[in-house]
Amino acid sequence: MTEGGRWIGAPVPRKEDEALLTGRARFIDDMEPVPGIRHAALLRSPHAHAEILSIDVSKAASHLGVYGVLTGADIAAATRPIPSAVRVPIDYYPMAVGKVRYAGEPVALVAAGDRYVAEDALDLIEVEYRPLPPVIDVKAATRDDSPLLHEAVGSNVVHHRTFRYGDPDKAFEEADRVVRLDWTFPRYSSTPMETYGAVAQFEPAPDRYTIWSNFQGPFILHALMCGALEVPGNRLRLITAPQSGGSFGIKQGIFPYLVLLATASRLLGMPLKWIEDRLEHLVASSSASNREDAVEAAFKDDGTLIGLRFFNTVDVGAYIRAPEPASVYRMHSASNGAYGVGNISVDNRLVTTNRLPIGLNRGYGGPQFFFALERAMEAGARALGLDVAEIRRHNFIPKDAFPYRAPAGSLYDAGDYEAGLDKALDLADYAALCAGRDRARKEGRLFGIGMATAVEPSGSNMAYVTLAQTPEERARAGGRSGGLATCTISIDPSGAVTVKTVSTPAGQGHATVAAQIVADALGLTPDDIDVMTEVDTLTSAWSLASGNYANRFSSVVIGAIGEAARRVADKVRAVAAEDLEVAVQDIELADGTARIVGVPERSLPFRRVAARTHWHPAGLPDGMAPGVFETAIVSPPELGPPDDRDRVASAVTFGFICDLAAVEIDPGTGKVEVRKYVSVHDVGNVLNPLIVEGQIVGGFAHGVGGALLEEMVYDADGNPISGTLTDYLCVTASEMPRLTIGHVDTPSPHTALGSKGMGDGCSMLAPVAIANAVADALGREDIDPPFTLNRVWDLAAEGGGAG
Amino acid sequence: MLRIEPGARHRVTVTVNGRLYSGFAEARTLLSDFLRHELKLFGTHVGCEHGVCGACTVNIDGRAVRSCLLFAVQADGAEIGTVEGLATDGVLSPLQEAFRRRHALQCGFCTPGILISATQFLETNPDPTEDEVREMLSGHICRCTGYEGIVRAILDVAGDAS
Amino acid sequence: MKPAPFEYCRADTLDEALDLVAEFGSDAAVLAGGMSLGPMLNMRLARPAAIVDVNSVADLSGIRLVGDAVETGALCRQADALDSALVGDDVPLLARALPFVGHFQTRNRGTLGGSVCHADPSAEIPLALATLGGDVVLRRKGGMRAVAAHDFFKGIFTSVREPDEIVTALRWPRSEPKTGHAFDEIAQRHGDFAIGAAAAVATVAPDGSLAAVSLGLGGIEDRPVLADLSGFVGAPATARTASEAAALAAGRVDPMVDPRASAAYRRQLVRVLGARVLERAFERAGARQC
Repeated sequence: MTEGGRWIGAPVPRKEDEALLTGRARFIDDMEPVPGIRHAALLRSPHAHAEILSIDVSKAASHLGVYGVLTGADIAAATRPIPSAVRVPIDYYPMAVGKVRYAGEPVALVAAGDRYVAEDALDLIEVEYRPLPPVIDVKAATRDDSPLLHEAVGSNVVHHRTFRYGDPDKAFEEADRVVRLDWTFPRYSSTPMETYGAVAQFEPAPDRYTIWSNFQGPFILHALMCGALEVPGNRLRLITAPQSGGSFGIKQGIFPYLVLLATASRLLGMPLKWIEDRLEHLVASSSASNREDAVEAAFKDDGTLIGLRFFNTVDVGAYIRAPEPASVYRMHSASNGAYGVGNISVDNRLVTTNRLPIGLNRGYGGPQFFFALERAMEAGARALGLDVAEIRRHNFIPKDAFPYRAPAGSLYDAGDYEAGLDKALDLADYAALCAGRDRARKEGRLFGIGMATAVEPSGSNMAYVTLAQTPEERARAGGRSGGLATCTISIDPSGAVTVKTVSTPAGQGHATVAAQIVADALGLTPDDIDVMTEVDTLTSAWSLASGNYANRFSSVVIGAIGEAARRVADKVRAVAAEDLEVAVQDIELADGTARIVGVPERSLPFRRVAARTHWHPAGLPDGMAPGVFETAIVSPPELGPPDDRDRVASAVTFGFICDLAAVEIDPGTGKVEVRKYVSVHDVGNVLNPLIVEGQIVGGFAHGVGGALLEEMVYDADGNPISGTLTDYLCVTASEMPRLTIGHVDTPSPHTALGSKGMGDGCSMLAPVAIANAVADALGREDIDPPFTLNRVWDLAAEGGGAG
Repeated sequence: MLRIEPGARHRVTVTVNGRLYSGFAEARTLLSDFLRHELKLFGTHVGCEHGVCGACTVNIDGRAVRSCLLFAVQADGAEIGTVEGLATDGVLSPLQEAFRRRHALQCGFCTPGILISATQFLETNPDPTEDEVREMLSGHICRCTGYEGIVRAILDVAGDAS
Repeated sequence: MKPAPFEYCRADTLDEALDLVAEFGSDAAVLAGGMSLGPMLNMRLARPAAIVDVNSVADLSGIRLVGDAVETGALCRQADALDSALVGDDVPLLARALPFVGHFQTRNRGTLGGSVCHADPSAEIPLALATLGGDVVLRRKGGMRAVAAHDFFKGIFTSVREPDEIVTALRWPRSEPKTGHAFDEIAQRHGDFAIGAAAAVATVAPDGSLAAVSLGLGGIEDRPVLADLSGFVGAPATARTASEAAALAAGRVDPMVDPRASAAYRRQLVRVLGARVLERAFERAGARQC
């Protein structure tokens, strides 16, 4: 406990840990919530692009132990397509109908007594395909002569919008120096250790679907699922498992399977369980987008960045699946990054290809966006002969400019970017590092230093995805705004406190932090407080934005927790004030008691006071409702709708990150060794330093993976060739570079506790910081991650390129 | 010689965490599935079923091994240790305690396998270097922690023991 | 991701095992550690009618000295070989290769014989065996043969083992005096199958010249290959010789191409790793200066 009895800010060990450490925590595959469960397995397309000529399920259906077989046609006949924010004629069903559009797309479902038999039956399904030319290369997909995935759209470019803020053309005319970079950003995925899983049950009279799963939200997708199932919201009950084995966003992508399993449960008349296996996960769950992007940056000779042009070509995979195209709009309204540049244009093209549909993945759009901006800053520095740190310092939004309205509409809450930069330079011992680089180069070694900075958005505005629509389309669709969070705190007749956060964590320690907050408000300890984090859409207080994504817990959810706790505290204090015959403002809650301020011996046990609201309603102060059951619903007022010039405040808080990487490349093998990595964060007030540090290191691991190892590779025919964990290379303990973490924390005025959302962290910056260091080491700017052995050796062997 | 026809159910008896269990398995039933779905010991997790991620690691006759790469019938008669057996009378083992102190777990899905490996590793190598710890850990994938807390926790216990 | 049905046959003696492989022939898969077979079964890439589990066959275990060779039973676990003083003293190349094999947890179960039978071209144990000129001992009902490792491997996952044969042991020539060994590999991650691996054995004469030298290469071609370095016998055991020998080897290999590495890159690894392991072997053999 910290000074003054506050739990917030203390490194409180997690409430979650004991159950997890002893094997008692329950995940979705541990659950058998209803009797009579049958097990589903999915037949998946072996082709990237093919017409389905026929499917013969007769042998499978008559196999011993099989209870039913369904095909895409069965599902399509019983559901409506799942919509997205992009209004194009694409009928997206959770199972292929008539045509397969990526290798791994579900083609048929078998329900059997166990998974082994279900897979046996998959072997017995006969599908006749007519292969079609695959569309894998994103740029080629945009050409008029490309084969089409969705004929009704008439193009593989399913979305194209351009945006202008300020006067970018004028800025580029006035520039002393313009740098342009083109690159390919790889497709990779966070691959949580627990895969997707769900149990779906349909019950008639009244018709109701109940689904237990490790879905994580956003619960705006609940509305889309209801649309596909053609039921009102109260007839689709989603219940999340008590524990989720990691997500990093990707478990959002389970929702089409929930529609599929719900429908299959209804059509077959039995509850169904499906646990995605690792092979399914690696070819057919979801991933971040691969992109073919370019950026142009206009500089004055002194290093002032006066204009930016982004050209984004985003491979969304075979379907545009909600909440896409959000990945390209999440960072949009912060397109200036940490810099004061006011003239920006953005050209977004979303392209369908015969790859797995994309979705939420750690950093969601951030790694790609900051790759553009921060590669451009560094290339600009080199072109102008400036130091890579100083060019950034020169362009930072100054600390007295906050709150700062970004050109594309974001409202940056607080920051001191220069202090963050200085901290990073200090921790890296930058001068010595540069001197070391000079020495290394004299010895003929390939040594490079790279930096990157980011603003880290948190607490998404549900409306930012509507930037995909024109202002006119938005007006027709009706207003959208906000990002609700909810929390319920109840005290039962024994006086025990239960908090429901509806925040579906997957390892982020929400229960611990919620308990810290409530403990402070009620004068209790975190051990006194039980926290339920799961969602049950029939019994929880929830809304569209509920769930776990976009770092929203420590920016938005804590506001709801704090508000509910305040109301509970007020009520308990009022009851105690009556008992102790003092004014309510004279009562404080501390040390498990309600007591008179300054007279601590005049106290009542908290539990007894709270319990009295149940046991003796007639004895409560006049007008007070009995019991304690407080639900707070908050939506940050900053999150308004997009305006008619496409400006929107897309997030509540904007943290700051400054990373510095030093690498050495072995010219003999192409191995990139990260010699030093420093990361400085502004997360506002730290709620639990243990958890904050864990998130930072974890995000770093994802960023390192994206930079050095991980890629979902497809061959020219569209076959996924990284479909096992021996081919998709997750970082292991032996590959992790040492990370030095620093903090420069400026409290957020937008949140209840001054904290900012965090968690994407270095997953957004490690790819570009390491890329900048590799570019510096190799003396060339034409480099694409991941920096795997052969690729880097090729680059090193070719010698200096564009740089 | 023992022969089990395809599809036949065979009785498998094992000692798990010191307690005798008996259940049925087909020839092809993976030990991981047997532990979880037949014996209802859900503490052991399944992450990849091809021997890479290490989540399903259990101790068999003194050694940490992948339970997804063993058939249940092969374990007949074996002494098996799983995560459920690491704490004694509700008291966490020093390693479990160190994991909590060092925030060595987030989602906790990979944790049971890592605890089993690290426990046996420390039995055979009580005073490892950090590189040795990382080498042992490279047989597990954790996507949450970046491994830092796990390495510290194992080194804490090694340091205390030596 | 569950195995297709199969008949499970547990052999308790070698004779039972030989009967079973004779009965099923190519419809059987022999199960030792299962570190390679297990994933293939789970992914249904292998669908044998029968699994012949030899883990209970006592005759297949152990590490012993037989004449001039160390004989490891096919079932010898990789972890046991790594812990074995006999291996460490008499087959130092294997001891140096084993830490690169998989992980702590897979070495606990994985066997030496299983790795050899699997015949992955980038596997470390086959490379060590081929480099040392060891033998693979095979048994069938009423017969036995020893095949030189060099002749045993026939391509990716392919060997001369007949369906009715079981590998029972590996024979590792004992290390000679004044002989140094080295093993190294390049993989994208620790514990992965190598993109390229190299093993070297060198004997240095009192005058500092090479009395004998072998360089084995794994992951480069479709099976472990030995570079012909006979021309370097008599050359000084120096870094320069190591580098020249590796360059010669690099020029003679016919590398595989896959998504991880081009032919040029694999050739480069032969140069880099070859020079590295040769130089280390020279040093360990007592060469004065490198």
